Formats: sequence, C-alpha cells, structure tokens
Amino acid sequence: MLNIENLHASVDGKSILKGLNLNIKPGEIHAIMGPNGAGKSTLANVLSGRDGYEVTQGSINFKGQSLLDMNIDIRAREGLFLAFQYPVEIPGVSNMSFLKAAMNAKRRHREQTEMDAMDFLSLIKTKAKQLQLNEEMLYRAVNEGFSGGEKKRNEVLQMLMLEPCLSILDETDSGLDIDALQIVAQGVNSLRANNRSFLVITHYQRLLNYIVPDYVHVLADGKIIKSGNKELALELEESGYVGVGS
Amino acid sequence: MSNQEVKDYLDKAYAPGFITDIESEAFLPGLSEDVVRAISAKKNEPEFLLKFRLQAYRHWLTMKEPTWAYVRYPSVNFNDIIYYSAPKKKVGPKNLSEVDPELLRTYEKLGIPLREQEMLAGVAVDAVFDSVSVATTFKEKLADAGVIFGSFSEAVHNHPELIERYLGTVVPYTDNFYAALNSAVFSDGSFCFIPKGVRCPMELSTYFRINAAKTGQFERTLIVAEESSYVSYLEGCTAPMRDENQLHAAVVELVALDNAQIKYSTVQNWYPGDKNGRGGIYNFVTKRGDCRGHRSKISWTQIETGSAITWKYPSVILRGDHSVGEFYSVALTNNYQQADTGTKMIHIGKNTTSTIVSKGISAGHGQNCYRGLVKVLKSAENAKNYTQCDSLLLGSECAAHTFPYIEVKNSTASIGHEAATSKISDDQLFYCLQRGMNQEDAINMIVNGFCKQVFKELPMEFAVEAQKLMAVSLEGVVG
Ligand SMILES: Nc1ncnc2c1ncn2[C@@H]1O[C@H](COP(=O)(O)OP(=O)(O)O)[C@@H](O)[C@H]1O
Ligand SMILES: [Mg+2]
Repeated sequence: MLNIENLHASVDGKSILKGLNLNIKPGEIHAIMGPNGAGKSTLANVLSGRDGYEVTQGSINFKGQSLLDMNIDIRAREGLFLAFQYPVEIPGVSNMSFLKAAMNAKRRHREQTEMDAMDFLSLIKTKAKQLQLNEEMLYRAVNEGFSGGEKKRNEVLQMLMLEPCLSILDETDSGLDIDALQIVAQGVNSLRANNRSFLVITHYQRLLNYIVPDYVHVLADGKIIKSGNKELALELEESGYVGVGS
Repeated sequence: MSNQEVKDYLDKAYAPGFITDIESEAFLPGLSEDVVRAISAKKNEPEFLLKFRLQAYRHWLTMKEPTWAYVRYPSVNFNDIIYYSAPKKKVGPKNLSEVDPELLRTYEKLGIPLREQEMLAGVAVDAVFDSVSVATTFKEKLADAGVIFGSFSEAVHNHPELIERYLGTVVPYTDNFYAALNSAVFSDGSFCFIPKGVRCPMELSTYFRINAAKTGQFERTLIVAEESSYVSYLEGCTAPMRDENQLHAAVVELVALDNAQIKYSTVQNWYPGDKNGRGGIYNFVTKRGDCRGHRSKISWTQIETGSAITWKYPSVILRGDHSVGEFYSVALTNNYQQADTGTKMIHIGKNTTSTIVSKGISAGHGQNCYRGLVKVLKSAENAKNYTQCDSLLLGSECAAHTFPYIEVKNSTASIGHEAATSKISDDQLFYCLQRGMNQEDAINMIVNGFCKQVFKELPMEFAVEAQKLMAVSLEGVVG
C-alpha cells in the first residue's frame, strides 16, 4: 500500500523529517506516536502533498506509483485520505454539498457516474447516525461553528463516505471525551478491511485500546526510532518517550 | 420566370439601396436640442415627455462627468454617440450552427435552454417559433391580474397619465450626469404597474429573459407598486451579452406605496472586455427605489459580473414609516474589470430598517470598490441599519476598496457595520483538494460559499445559474 524509504523533508528550509522508513501493507493499521514537534503532522502533510513541505530526499510508493509525482487531488482520488488535526471552516458551503463534490470528484476519476441524489442522501444520513452526528449538521457550513469534537467526527464522516484505501488520522482523538473517542474508533473499525490501511497518529495510548494497531512506531527527531506491536504503546504510556531509542 | 429572372429579382430586393434605407433610420452622431426633439418626434411622444427630455438635456449641458468613482477610463466623447436608431432589421445567424462556438460553449456551461440560446445569439426571429406565443401567454396572464407590463414606449402611449405621474419622481433628471443624459435621450425600457392589492402572479423574470436581448443603450425602467401589492422583477440574464454600444447609462425608478413590496434582482453580464482589458461595456447606472408608503419594502439583489466598468448604487429612500430597504450584492471583477458599486439607504420615516450585504470578489487585475451611504435624517426615529461588506481576493494583482459613509442626524438610530477582506486561504484550498476536488472546482466552491448570503435572495432558478456564472467568470483565474 505505502512504502516510505529514507524520507527527508523540510519546511521553510528547516529540516524536519530526517530519514524516515515505513512500510504499510494492505489491511494493516499502523500507529505513530511521538512527542510534540516530532514531525508527525509533517509526515501527514508530506504524504498528502501540502504546499510548503519540501521533500529533499527519499521516495514514497503508493499502490505501485510514485506518490511524490502526484498532485494533491489525484492522491486523494487514488484513495489517500487525511483526517485533519485542525479541520478547516468553509463559510457558506454546506457540509452536504462539500461531501457531494468530493464523492463525485472521486467517482469521475474512476469513470463512474455521479451518485444519485437520493442514494447520496440516504447514505450520508446513515453514516451521520452511526457517528451520532446530528442530521442538522449536514446542512450547516463545513466545520463552521462546530465544536472540537464535532469537527473530528465530521472528519470521520467524510472518511466513511469516501472509503479511502489509506486513511491518515492526525490526532483525531485529541480533545475527544471517552464517548466520542469510542464513536470515532467504532467508525474507523467499521471501515477496516484487508484492502484498506490506516496510519493513526496519536499522543495517547487510550485510542489504541479501541483501534487496535498491528504496529506501533515511535517518531522522534524526524525518524522512527522504535517499532513494535501494540504492547509498545503501553510501554510508552508508562515510561514516556525519553530513553526509548537508546 | 426564368432562373435568371428570379435571380435578378432577388438581387434587386437585397440591393444596397435597401440597406441604405435602414441606415437612414439612424441619426448622425452627436447630441443637440434638435436631436432630442427628433427622438421625441420619432417616437410620437406627448408634449410632457418632450418637455421632460428638453429640461433634462439643458440641465445636462451644465453638468460635468463625475470623477469621484474609483474607476479609470478614457473619457467618453458624447458627440461620437448615435442617439437614435430605429430597431434594425438585423440579418442574424439563421441557426445556432452559424453562431460563434465560443459563445455557445458559454451558454452550454450556464445551462441555458436551446430555445433561449437562439434568442440570445440573435438567431433570426422566425426561426424562434415559440417565443412570440410564450410572451403572449404571459401577457394575457398578467393582464387578467390587472398588471401592466410592457415596453416603456408602449406605456407612454397607452398609459401616459401614469408615466407623467411617476417619471422622474424618484430619480430627477438633475440627479447626476448620466441620469440627466438618460432622461434626455432614453430609447426604451420597461414599465410595470401593479395595482392595489395585487400580487403579481409570476416572477417577471421568465418573460424578461426572453426579451433581454433587446435592451438598449439608454434604458429607462419604471416600476410602480400600488398599496399592498407585490412584484418580483428580474433584469438581465446570466448569458454573456454583447453590444456594439460601449456606453450604457440606464435609469431605473421604483415606487412602492403603503404595504407594497418590490423585489428587484439583476444579473449583469455585459461584455467585460478581453483578457488585456480591451473593449467592454461602460455600465453607468442610476437605480433608486422610493419606499413612499408606510410599511413598504424594496429589495435590490444584484449579481454583477460583466462590463469593463460598473458604476451603480441601487438605493432606497425610506420615506414611509416602518419601511424596509435591502441591498444584496455580489460584484466580481476579473482581468482588468473595474467596479465601483454599493448603495444608499436614506432613512426619513420612523422605524425604518435597512440591510446591506455586499460581497466583492477581485481576481486578475480587477478593481472592486464598495461605496455605501447610510443616511439617517432627523425625522427618522429608531432607524436601524446593518451593513456587512466582505471582500475576497484571488491573486495578488487585484484590489478591494471599501468606502462606507455614515451620516446620522437622529440619536435614536442604530447602525451596525462589519467589514472583512480575505484571501482564499491556502488551508481552505488544501482541504478541498485533499478531498479530491480539482483546483478550479475548489475555488468555485469557496467563492460560491462566500456569495451564499446574496444568492439565496435570488429567485430560485437564477440562484443556480448565478453559481454557474461565477464559475464561468472566474475561468482562467487558476493558473
Ligand atoms: N508550516 C510550518 N512552518 C514552520 N515550521 C513548521 C511548520 N510546520 C511544522 N513546523 C515545525 O516542524 C516541526 C514538526 O512539527 P509537526 O510535524 O507539526 O509536529 P507534531 O505533529 O509531531 O507535533 C516543529 O518544530 C514545528 O514547529
Ligand atoms: Mg501534529
């Protein structure tokens, strides 16, 4: 699914990622943990192709293609999805029409016909219900006036609708109470399939009780300094990141 | 007849003499008192109208072209303009296959029905078999309701007393340079009269669209809504309109009596000039509504995407107590377009309320200026105004300017003003792209979101078209 080799990336000339390697196979869930400022969001941004993140070395292979040669929107249509750490507000654009545009962009890319309006409506309502999102939120402007938790659940709603093959969740659990956390986790788990992969960025072990990862990696100073199975998350919880790599 | 004879006959019928005949229906360029008299005579106008035109002309001579607007253009030579030409029997394209494919492509994108495409592209009238009957049906329906609706010239002959009573009572010919010029030489326009207690049985939009292609250079529109009547009127259309006349100076007057309501929507898409700013219409318009009666309401909604230069301030005089004035505007300037637009809300009556929502979008080298006046006179107890004016910049060569003027003579007034200028944020764009939309669709979506508050004031069918129009007008912005 995704193979990152010796990735070096910088922002504003400042080197952030310094030789990162990561291989995610179809069906796997990988968790990335690490201290603030380690470069976790930078990795997510590089993968999704955000402007201002310059790759200075290394390669990324996504489903057999060179990811770095693809534009942001093409990556998305090929099935790479980023659940934003800070979801963006778009005044005047309803959540519903935003998602419809996204769905149809992807469908056109796959040479499918646009989705029938009624089918779309019933699908989005079902998914919203699953995430315990009030139906009224579908008609509000994208993320405008949403609470922190609503924004995060809205990201997961988009993910459920778009059914990406690689989902990157950047601290989707931050700021969620335990109920919301379980809802989000349940949403992710419902997408789990042997042709889909997840990269879950988090600070807290507790999310991984609900989304059980196949691998846990520690990212510090721009590199993965340790990898392990889900037990590693528990270790980190006890001992912290200090001294992990040594 | 032999073939040769037939051919000779036909050649004769279309000989140059015939064309000269048509041409002679147009005056020589230039303006003088004689020209004004001749226009009036050609149209067989009653004495009062000639007098009105002459007074306007004499006043115009004493006036100077305004220079305060934030627009720049080479000065207009008013003696180069032909002030009267009879409706030309245009030899248009026979069908759509003869029409500029570029134009058709745009119609297509706007989703304009085929029949209307033909009208707009000026396909010879007899080819557009349906339009006449459609228009007639509308007319009958309106007549049944007692609504008078037709061309201004028609009304001058059929209802001179109404014209005499209301013409120039909202926009006097002394008002400004272009209004004076229009009053002297106006060609034609629309007249609409809704009698007491009548709710106009249909949006006057559909009808107008079919007739839109005929609008002239100096258009004059007058709408009178009697007590407790209602009308929704739509001027213009989303299809790009070409016209050989560079200067357009229209005047629109609205009168609302007690409890009457007029909703006036405009979609202005005159030719904006090319990418380098060559050509394009100068659109200098005076639009004003008079809430003459108590609890009357006048709403202006405008989508301005066309013209090289737009200079217009649809205004409301809130004379009646409890009257309401509204102005919702989207003005988009791309390439080298310039717009100086806004409104005036003049509060005279007690408990009068006005709302102003202005959305300016600048792209390319576009210059977009909001200019608005909120004036509360001493008599206007408890006047309320809310103004919101937002600007959106696409790119770094364009500009937005805001000139809000507020004059309050009564301390009970409450005035609220919010203004914001923003660029389409990289974060918003990235968010859309990450969801798979391409850059163009993403920008259109964000721009349409920005305009939402105004679009929702438009009649339903036009709200949809307006969105598409924004997309077409912004084409090429994404580099
Ligand atoms: N747009 C940016 N401009 C400048 N520095 C940035 C930018 N984004 C991230 N950084 C810097 O890169 C480092 C890694 O940040 P980030 O990837 O957000 O860390 P994490 O998500 O692991 O907390 C930090 O030192 C941060 O200050
Ligand atoms: Mg982060």
